[in-house]
Amino acid sequence: MSNRLSLSAILLFLFFSASSAQHNVRTERISGSAGDVLEDNPVGKLKVYVYELPSKYNKKLLQKDPRCLTHMFAAEIFMHRFLLSSPVRTLNPDEADWFYAPIYPTCDLTPTGLPLPFKSPRMMRSAIQLISSNWPYWNKTEGADHFFVVPHDFGACFHYQEEKAIERGILPLLQRATLVQTFGQRNHVCLDQGSITIPPFAPPQKMHAHLIPPDVPRSIFVYFRGLFYDVNNDPEGGYYARGARAAVWENFKNNPLFDISTDHPTTYYEDMQRSIFCLCPLGWAPWSPRLVEAVVFGCIPVIIADDIVLPFADAIPWEEIGVFVAEKDVPELDTILTSIPTEVILRKQRLLANPSMKQAMLFPQPAQPGDAFHQILNGLARKLPHDASVYLKAGEKVLNWTAGPVGDLKPW
Amino acid sequence: MKLSALHQSYLNRRRSPLDSSVDAPSKSFLAVFWLVLHCLCCLISLLLGFRFSRLVFFFLVSTPTTNLYSPPFRPNLPPPRIDLTPSNATTAEVKTSSSRVVVGRHGILIRPWPHPDPVEVMKAHRIIERVQREQKAVFGAGGKGSRTVIAVTPTYVRTFQALHLNGVMHSLMLVPYDVVWIVVEAGGVSNETASIIGKSGVRVIHVGFDQRMPNTWEDRGKVEVLMRLRALRVVKEEKLDGVVMFADDSNMHSMEFFDEIQNVKWFGAVSVGILAHSGNAEEMVMSMDKRREMVDEVEERSSLPVQGPACNATDKLIGWHVFNTLPYAGKSAVYIDDVAAVLPQKLEWCGFVLNSRILWDEAESKPEWVKEFGLLNENEGVESPLSLLNDPSMVEPLGSCGRQVLLWWLRVEARADSKFPPGWVIDPPLEITVAAKRTPWPDVPPEPPTKKKDQMSLSQGNNNVVVIPKQQQQQQQQQQQRSSKVRKPKRRSKRNKHEAKPTDTTTQVSSSTKHHQERN
Repeated sequence: MSNRLSLSAILLFLFFSASSAQHNVRTERISGSAGDVLEDNPVGKLKVYVYELPSKYNKKLLQKDPRCLTHMFAAEIFMHRFLLSSPVRTLNPDEADWFYAPIYPTCDLTPTGLPLPFKSPRMMRSAIQLISSNWPYWNKTEGADHFFVVPHDFGACFHYQEEKAIERGILPLLQRATLVQTFGQRNHVCLDQGSITIPPFAPPQKMHAHLIPPDVPRSIFVYFRGLFYDVNNDPEGGYYARGARAAVWENFKNNPLFDISTDHPTTYYEDMQRSIFCLCPLGWAPWSPRLVEAVVFGCIPVIIADDIVLPFADAIPWEEIGVFVAEKDVPELDTILTSIPTEVILRKQRLLANPSMKQAMLFPQPAQPGDAFHQILNGLARKLPHDASVYLKAGEKVLNWTAGPVGDLKPW
Repeated sequence: MKLSALHQSYLNRRRSPLDSSVDAPSKSFLAVFWLVLHCLCCLISLLLGFRFSRLVFFFLVSTPTTNLYSPPFRPNLPPPRIDLTPSNATTAEVKTSSSRVVVGRHGILIRPWPHPDPVEVMKAHRIIERVQREQKAVFGAGGKGSRTVIAVTPTYVRTFQALHLNGVMHSLMLVPYDVVWIVVEAGGVSNETASIIGKSGVRVIHVGFDQRMPNTWEDRGKVEVLMRLRALRVVKEEKLDGVVMFADDSNMHSMEFFDEIQNVKWFGAVSVGILAHSGNAEEMVMSMDKRREMVDEVEERSSLPVQGPACNATDKLIGWHVFNTLPYAGKSAVYIDDVAAVLPQKLEWCGFVLNSRILWDEAESKPEWVKEFGLLNENEGVESPLSLLNDPSMVEPLGSCGRQVLLWWLRVEARADSKFPPGWVIDPPLEITVAAKRTPWPDVPPEPPTKKKDQMSLSQGNNNVVVIPKQQQQQQQQQQQRSSKVRKPKRRSKRNKHEAKPTDTTTQVSSSTKHHQERN
């Protein structure tokens, strides 16, 4: 055990020195305890046991619809693949710190490609029943040392509509487990205290294929492409994005500094690299892949989503990197952005240029050091060691297996 | 993530079983009433084009402080749904500890004047410009590893100096790296040269050289070498750091040349295109033909007007391409204003670039194959920069081993007796104006000019007036004579007597001078 520790310490030291040597003079390291955490190597800090679930929970879903690999919820699939071949994986469940059940709850797609969350609670429930009956580890802690990846709109609330999601709340069976989700909003039912927020999946090869030379001058001041009104579901406006996107449109459609429209240009990635600010307003949910794209392309993200919790918020100092604008301040967006001092803007750009920052937002295949997979493991490692209260005494039951809407209790 | 119509319909279908249909007859009456009201509202909304029921609720429920610019109001109205069942009257408030973020319909905030503010637009443009400058500094040509270009130019005051020096100056101004321009002037520092190079905007070191420039090409070459060595001494004394290149003032450089010389480690050589221009077109053609004949007889090598490093197949320096002067034997220019081909030296200085540290005193980082510059004896006859080296084989060939021609060598000078106005400013005005042969208005006397510049207006239309300045002033008796044709004077002349004389295009005094003489 001791030589394993020393080995890992040496690995860590080498990793640290190697990565710090690579740093360009001009990119800034996110200094301080928060930023350095990005380069932590989780290997040796935790052990994860991957349950062997029947393929109807994972592989069969993927076979039915391979689009699950490319949509923005693909993190659940890639996390499974990463863990299967990762050095943190252990085949001995008794020495595992964390347990992972490979379920793909967001892989039930409509013909147009949107995931239907209606069966996901039942699928989760059935999987947990399987785990708790076949292995003793669930009952030991009632899931407190288990983690699940739930990248859907509102996480484990399993609904695309916010009110419905709030009504449902987090699936009761998952109340003690750690949830790895993309959704994050403070004081929201669907964000549990111990959850780990992750970035949504954005295809790294596609983004890297559209890189342009960094000396192309950034000539667009503010850039945004996307919907402002969702005419299908919210024709009057005011509901979609809490009216924030509509406010952006109404206030700045005539402003030449704002390059905003609903187009789908083929040069979307290139245009982001030619912009200084990229708007990342909320939509039906506060998160979007725009944040990942903005970080990868060096465009300062302007986040318009009240109380949002951004990915890896405990490791990445988002205040120093992005600009946060309250939804009520949207009409003054141009004043806010032009009154940011240029040194601050340049500093943010330097922080964004840091390659470890970009790497932490991506899910590359195969996994690379410092990427989002490793940040998730780092987050899990930071929660160790488990509190003693996590372990239940024999026979003690905390979870209510019959809680939740009636429809959820049906077998899957 | 987004709802779609499919979801919506799915929802409705899912919700309808939840609608508890009821049994009491009073309830059925209520249901019918709601249905009728609902249909009525639908029809009215169809007419109006929007859901006016929202407005009704708004006016009934809202407080009087709300104004029409949709301020942030949170009526907590139920979400838009077709069926008005009682269950959706509950507002979706967040249950946990006070969150100010509410789900539901929000107002779209529009400020009273949603148009750009010019002050902010200017601020934004300044931000953009600053960001671009930073990008250029970090990633662009001025990024890491870009070395200062130290350009050495020997020059002297003559007619074509402005032509040549402006060309070099503009090339240097376009260089994306830092530039230090050392201009060595034969005959001492003069205002003429200083006024030209003062407009460059780059750092200039103007050095005077006490000898006057001789008027044969051979001697001129020798003096230029001495001037260049003088400039290199400046580099040594000031400890300038960068890449030294020799920008002769009549040469033409490509921008790629400056990018390429950044790669030199100690001493590099590039290929120079030689433009041996004679000024006599026929002779040029003849010499080219002759060269072609020669080429057929002799091997084809060095028929290219290029001077530079020669490499073997593995890109190692094996020798030098030298300009073939045989076709010009005996016919090359000797004096500077000869109308004949001007030939270059064996190896022109402009084809070589060196790291300025070669010239510095301390010998620590210098390679051993470099001579100590401080000990160089100029009187021994330094012909080419290779004399600065102990081992000429250590020269680095640049521009893909000499295959790219990155600059062109040219020597063009005006006639020995050519004169030009100092500073190229016409003051005092030119003495001689020569009229062209045909003018439409031969007898029209010139308008009395209001200012000096109006002199040019005299030569209007197809009047090509050739102006030759003369050293001494001609006197007042000369009269204006225009065309060579004898024409009847149509109008009375204002001040001059017209003499219809057949003229040739030789010197005549213009009335303009006369006017000026009168004025002066």
